[in-house]
Amino acid sequence: MSRVILDSRYFYQNVRVSLDDSALQNALRKACDEVLGKRAALVASTPHWEELRRAAHRIKEHTLARLDYYLLQLEKNLEAQGVRVHWAENAEEACTEILTIARKHNVWTAVKSKSMTSEEVGLNAFLEGRKIRPVETDLGEYIQQLSGEPPFHIVTPAMHRTRQDVGRIFAEKLGVDYTEDPEALTQIARRTLRRDFLSAEMGITGANFAVADPGLIGVVENEGNARLSTTAPRVHVVLMGIEKVIPTLEDLRVFLNLLSISSTAQRLPCYVNLIRSPRQEGDRDGPEEVHVVLLDNGRSRILADPAMRSSLYCIRCGACLNVCPVFQRVGGHAYGWVYQGPIGSVLTPLYRGLEYGYQLPFGSSLCGACAEICPVAIDVNHLLVELRARIQSGLNTSGLLERLAFRVWSFVASRPRLYRAGALLVRVAQSLALPRRRHLRLPVWSRTRTFPKLARRSFYRRWRQLADQLSP
Amino acid sequence: MEVWLFVPCLVDQFYPEVGEGMARILARLGCRVHYPPAQTCCGQPAFNTGYWEDARRVARHFLRVFADAPVVVAPSGSCVAMARVFSQRLFHGQPEQEAATALAQRVFEFSEFVVKRLGQDDLGARFEGKVAYHASCHLLRELGVSEEPLRLLRKVRGLELVEMNDAQACCGFGGTFAVKFPELSTAMALYKLEQAQKAGAEYVVMNDISCVLQLQGVIERRGLPLRALHLVHVLSGEGLA
Repeated sequence: MSRVILDSRYFYQNVRVSLDDSALQNALRKACDEVLGKRAALVASTPHWEELRRAAHRIKEHTLARLDYYLLQLEKNLEAQGVRVHWAENAEEACTEILTIARKHNVWTAVKSKSMTSEEVGLNAFLEGRKIRPVETDLGEYIQQLSGEPPFHIVTPAMHRTRQDVGRIFAEKLGVDYTEDPEALTQIARRTLRRDFLSAEMGITGANFAVADPGLIGVVENEGNARLSTTAPRVHVVLMGIEKVIPTLEDLRVFLNLLSISSTAQRLPCYVNLIRSPRQEGDRDGPEEVHVVLLDNGRSRILADPAMRSSLYCIRCGACLNVCPVFQRVGGHAYGWVYQGPIGSVLTPLYRGLEYGYQLPFGSSLCGACAEICPVAIDVNHLLVELRARIQSGLNTSGLLERLAFRVWSFVASRPRLYRAGALLVRVAQSLALPRRRHLRLPVWSRTRTFPKLARRSFYRRWRQLADQLSP
Repeated sequence: MEVWLFVPCLVDQFYPEVGEGMARILARLGCRVHYPPAQTCCGQPAFNTGYWEDARRVARHFLRVFADAPVVVAPSGSCVAMARVFSQRLFHGQPEQEAATALAQRVFEFSEFVVKRLGQDDLGARFEGKVAYHASCHLLRELGVSEEPLRLLRKVRGLELVEMNDAQACCGFGGTFAVKFPELSTAMALYKLEQAQKAGAEYVVMNDISCVLQLQGVIERRGLPLRALHLVHVLSGEGLA
């Protein structure tokens, strides 16, 4: 069986490969339906859901319009608490910055809690290449790391895995006896990860939010692994995109609800970690040092692009993936980079370049379910159309034939006489060539569907007679 | 009230009876119906595929044809979404911006116009059969029309409305998506039709001719015991033979 290629330039091919994978189809359908069902029930019982979304949208709009101000405020307030803030312009700088901190503390093992931003900068491979062992501690993320695959979904990294898959991976990679009992599997992971939590010299996390005033980092989770990663090791490093900042704790309230309902269909996450400082005098635990790496990596470029700016509002909840009829069939790896689904189809071309992500924006029926479900009310489908226009005018990826077809179509469709003559021509042709057939045969379309012949008389031809009947 | 008909290209060429049914219904509800013969298409195919210059050429023509229309009514959610929502993006910062914005306020989808503007939902129609309603994406999410078609269907004598699971999931047409990703597009249609069959429907009814083309195309190719119809087919009885 052919496999999905982890490269966005193979999206068209990956779609076909995924569609042939019936195990994947079933796993996806089940997983998406389950989380969507629970989410819908929660939304229905949340008063003012719509107002919350609008509020979140406005907060993001406001913050990003004054991003410089809020980032400096965040830096000042964090530094005042003893947190060290670093600025990284790109992936390489971010990785180097983290490496420098690790070297200073003789780090051999770094426990990580889920961070898509660390995936974005390729942190794991970077550290491994420098003899530092990154250990993913989110269960799904851990499963993926053991199997050598990137996350499949920004929130549920091992969404496509069955219990049997996990049992096989654990038996093979950890040398334990095969079991498919979820409880037993969780215990195995827990035992193995405990050792790493206790021996790791460094904890690395992302940030769901950074609150500028009073200066704190918010990390939400369900497994307690982030809590351990941020407290057990001597050093804690936060890697976050600069768009994650929000002004105040009041704003955090809006986002906590929206995020947990949208991502995992819970009122609130099991753990809300709010980190303000390293260990203080008299604290019984906590890291001696906390570092925050603020990552740009193309974000300021998107900020300066009015039509695309709203893509920075994304809080990485994954709801648009779950609801997307395309994602539900092709799965996360088909998209070929760190971010999947509708929002991934926007982010990949923006962060990696149009040449790399040019296939993704076309892989959408533009149904708008993503925009409808988005907790921050990003019009994801409109961003996709916007990107399509840029791809068509900036790259020659669609082929001369398609371009010519649209040019001819627009020439004809903007000239009523020509449009009528063209339709007449098709009518004559179909009655001569296919007098008995009911259907036309269109390239590609007709492989799986029929297409009707043109009606004997168009509405335009019928109108005069109809008008006479209608006017009393 | 004077109403100008917009009969989109697919309706004009493949399902003219839907345009006719719409005209008859509007006339019966007391509208003076006018049809500007120079109309062609709204420009959406090129807009959605990213050929905005080509789209502007066609959309400009649309603006000219309907410039003096007091009200424009069309039997298609996605074409109305083009005229009301997307054309504003297309002409943003262009000389036609004002004209596009002005026209956007006066374009309505058929069911929305009948229920909201004319305040009618019982058209005295009769239709025998079990019907599942498919919520077309643009109608639902760009125009926010969800209840109006259902209200019209509930008043049809003899019609049994059955609810299918995922009624608001896309049928998979998506314009050029249907030919750029044919297998995916077809898989989406099949899922939709499976839900309709599970609900015991004999007909899938919707408000967008492109969804009808897509679903009926798959129904015929697979020989499924279903039929995809436009809402106007059901309400007017036209083209049901």
